[in-house]
Amino acid sequence: MKIIRYVLYDILRSRMIIGYTAFLLLISAALFATETNSSKSVLNLLNIVLIIVPLVSVIFTTIHYYNSYQFIELMLAQPIERIKLLICEFAGVILSLSAAFLIGIGIPVLIFSADGAGISLLLSGVLLTFIFSSIAFWVAAVTQDKAKGIGVALMLWFYFSLIYDFLILFLMFTFSDYPLEKAMLGFTALNPIDLGRVFVMLQMDVSAMMGYTGAIYKQFFGSALGMSFAFGVMILWAVVPLYFAIRVFKKKDF
Amino acid sequence: MIDIQNISKRFGKLQALDSVTATFNEGQAVSLIGPNGSGKTTLIKSLLGMVIPDSGTLRFKGIDVTTSSDYRSDIGYMPQIGRYPDNMRISQIFDMMIDLRKKHGSKLDEELLNAFDLKKQFDKPMRTLSGGTIQKVSACLAFLFDPSVLVLDEPTAGLDPVASEILKAKVLKEKNKGKLILMTSHILSDLEDMTTDVMYLQDGKLQFFKPVEALKAATNETRLARAIAAVMTEGVRFQMNGHIKNLPQVPNLRQVETKI
Repeated sequence: MKIIRYVLYDILRSRMIIGYTAFLLLISAALFATETNSSKSVLNLLNIVLIIVPLVSVIFTTIHYYNSYQFIELMLAQPIERIKLLICEFAGVILSLSAAFLIGIGIPVLIFSADGAGISLLLSGVLLTFIFSSIAFWVAAVTQDKAKGIGVALMLWFYFSLIYDFLILFLMFTFSDYPLEKAMLGFTALNPIDLGRVFVMLQMDVSAMMGYTGAIYKQFFGSALGMSFAFGVMILWAVVPLYFAIRVFKKKDF
Repeated sequence: MIDIQNISKRFGKLQALDSVTATFNEGQAVSLIGPNGSGKTTLIKSLLGMVIPDSGTLRFKGIDVTTSSDYRSDIGYMPQIGRYPDNMRISQIFDMMIDLRKKHGSKLDEELLNAFDLKKQFDKPMRTLSGGTIQKVSACLAFLFDPSVLVLDEPTAGLDPVASEILKAKVLKEKNKGKLILMTSHILSDLEDMTTDVMYLQDGKLQFFKPVEALKAATNETRLARAIAAVMTEGVRFQMNGHIKNLPQVPNLRQVETKI
């Protein structure tokens, strides 16, 4: 597990993480400074976090993987297990991305709005970092070509942050005569970004604005059981792609 | 020491290894020879667990190489094209490898490092190095931990004559200590003094695996380079007849020499 030190060393030297931290700090400072109602700032912050965190996680992870290819090749000829090597790479990436998030968003939130909504925003952001890094690792392990890998990873981000919601809206309009509220709960679980959103929204009392569906959400996710369900599904979203990434990586030829 | 049983590997349409079986023992210096793309590097990478064979087993001192990674602490590997993190300096690469591989109480073999005078260039980042210097780094790393097996893929390619001689002397020295050496090279004269056995691969198939003396006797040649070249030209001609028609036959070695 000594390798993780070299992975972190390599990541910190690229300065991308420092830029990301500074960017997040700037956004949260700006939002808390311009808005007197701190829970409104958290809501605005949530909307930005839900776009930025998955995007940066996906891009950073794929670029890091392809840039570490030489390092990985070098390590594979040494007495180091493949699984350990991949886990160290993964741990290095999520540790640095989460640290950037917790400094850039976490510190301002804890200072200005350390309530349930604020805390769940932080938890949700860290989980999304974990999830999208894990998906990006899978994509990178499968795709040999760097440009293609980054492209596929970006497409997935685009799908989860935009296309999926369009599909759901389309579905709701088409089947508006049927009671879809229960099904919506299921559909939410299929998109980690939606899960992250619901996770925070329900702590904010804005779910009342979400109509009947919102009420069902509130009824289900508002409970301890609902929260742990959302949390559990997000963990699954993080672990399952990582598992597939490891499986692919174990059989890969270098 | 190394026991290869029927390993096969296919990359898409290319059959890189086709049911290769061989056993290597201590004190042997095996030269892996064959045309480009004959599966030499694939065989070496399978031994290191970098390429995973489709079928067959590969045992290192009795341990199946797919089940463990520890066995690699006993192998020094010099890749054909050494690839190192661009932004690390030579010294950082060495420090890292020592940190990851050095066992407590064991000594480092810095003989090559000193012979190449590599410490002078320790501050240079890897990306600024010439191909030859990268080869020197690879060579030093392969010998650094005094492993009992040395796997050298095209060790002298890209090295200047002085460095090449230094490396050859080092290989010879380690061979005489009774280590197992496995190497590939197209520069046959480089293999002359170092080889005890020749393993010839073509299209992924093991054509023969014989002691040098037996090979020389079979081809009626006194020098290893000529004995192997004789075998290789035969192989090339065979391929041509099989696939490309209306091309003049590849002349054999003697004809080439008289023309020149």
